[in-house]
Amino acid sequence: MAVSIILPRALLTYSRGSSTLDLDVHCATVADALDELGRRWPAVLDRVVTEQGEVREHVNIFVGEESIRFASGLATPVRDGDTIMIVAAVSGG
Amino acid sequence: MSIDLSHDELLRYSRHLILPDVELEGQKRIRNARVLLVGAGGLGSPTALYLAAAGVGMLGIIDFDTVDLSNLQRQVLHGTSDVGRPKIDSARDRIVDLNPHVVVETHRVQLTSVNALEMLGGYDIIVDGTDNFPTRYLVNDACVMLGKPNVYGSIFRFEGQASVFSSGEGPCYRCLFPHPPPPGLVPSCAEGGVLGVLPGLVGTIQATETLKLILGVGDTLTGRLLLIDTLGMRFHTVRVPRDPNCPACGTREIKELIDYEAFCGMPGGAMAKDEAVDEITPRELAERLAAHEDFTLIDVREPYEWQIGRIEGAQLIPLGDVQDALATLDPAKEVVVYCRSGKRSAEAVRQLNAAGFRATNVTGGILRWSDEVDPSIPKY
Repeated sequence: MAVSIILPRALLTYSRGSSTLDLDVHCATVADALDELGRRWPAVLDRVVTEQGEVREHVNIFVGEESIRFASGLATPVRDGDTIMIVAAVSGG
Repeated sequence: MSIDLSHDELLRYSRHLILPDVELEGQKRIRNARVLLVGAGGLGSPTALYLAAAGVGMLGIIDFDTVDLSNLQRQVLHGTSDVGRPKIDSARDRIVDLNPHVVVETHRVQLTSVNALEMLGGYDIIVDGTDNFPTRYLVNDACVMLGKPNVYGSIFRFEGQASVFSSGEGPCYRCLFPHPPPPGLVPSCAEGGVLGVLPGLVGTIQATETLKLILGVGDTLTGRLLLIDTLGMRFHTVRVPRDPNCPACGTREIKELIDYEAFCGMPGGAMAKDEAVDEITPRELAERLAAHEDFTLIDVREPYEWQIGRIEGAQLIPLGDVQDALATLDPAKEVVVYCRSGKRSAEAVRQLNAAGFRATNVTGGILRWSDEVDPSIPKY
């Protein structure tokens, strides 16, 4: 297994209920991993990145504990065994 | 050092008084603290109860709502006999019963850009237990301007988030989420549901962080976001750095409170116009159905909601399946869409419009249908 992507529960409607995607293909960057995510569940990717290919501003992507917004964005490198966590803003209280 | 606590208080707080890092001095700090709870709902309930039990001297509560039967699955501050009462009244009764030493200040107002600075200014720590994005950004910006810690919690379905913003050199909410989601993209708990115990979990974390801030002990969640997944029972912590470009706490471009409804693209706001969709009321839908007009009626809720009640003649296509179902719909016919309250169906209408369909949203969803057309449909 190369990289795992963990999805927020708000997006499971679009991933047929799956909360994790384990990618068997090699990914060098977060962008590579998201391409795979988009191939599997395009509607999930639509809610993570804009049509211009930028991460939506109510969404954060973390590689391990670190936000890619404060690293190299979608070009942030990933290594085998990394977990990419997608975190969306939720408003419930 | 004077004891300064009554016999009753010494006994009541005895487990704190023997606790290293609290002791008498800490308990007095707790008693001198002024904490404002924004919202007396799911998150505000456990926070209020535990902070009151701990002996926080002054608890302010802002809430505009009345207690509804559907609140009681998670809002443990209120009871069945409180249904219909203002939440601040049932909150005050419960808190005073739990700990009469607490001074409760209730505010039955909506927090707005006009009153927020004055309202929050009277307290040391603000606990964000609101249920909508505009108020979250309002609370954040006001806390940053006032230099007050914002103890954040948020929930959805089986997942929660908690952090401490605007504390010391730490980040603010905008550093984490610079912009809210477009309307309709992220459902609220009223639309998506929430596990009743989840706000209990997140709210007690907010209460814990509040007490740590008061006591000045431990490592708070400043600079970290705690992610709680109750189904996997996993707790993740990720780092949230302060963003030097953040308009609130970085560049400080935001010098006064703004129109947060507009910022979040809510009805009446500037962003809302781009998102507007064609609408009909439930009564108009009923008339068109009675006249046997030729259109496709789809229900974009989930199957378990469909089982609770549905509009005769509809077909079920949950929102997540709309894209896959496009090929099964007749492009020559108008598509009328409903859901529970009208938000998910508005999103479906946008997707249908984008795919070239003429689509119309039923405003207020099946809840309004139940109110205005068919009361036999249960509300949930």
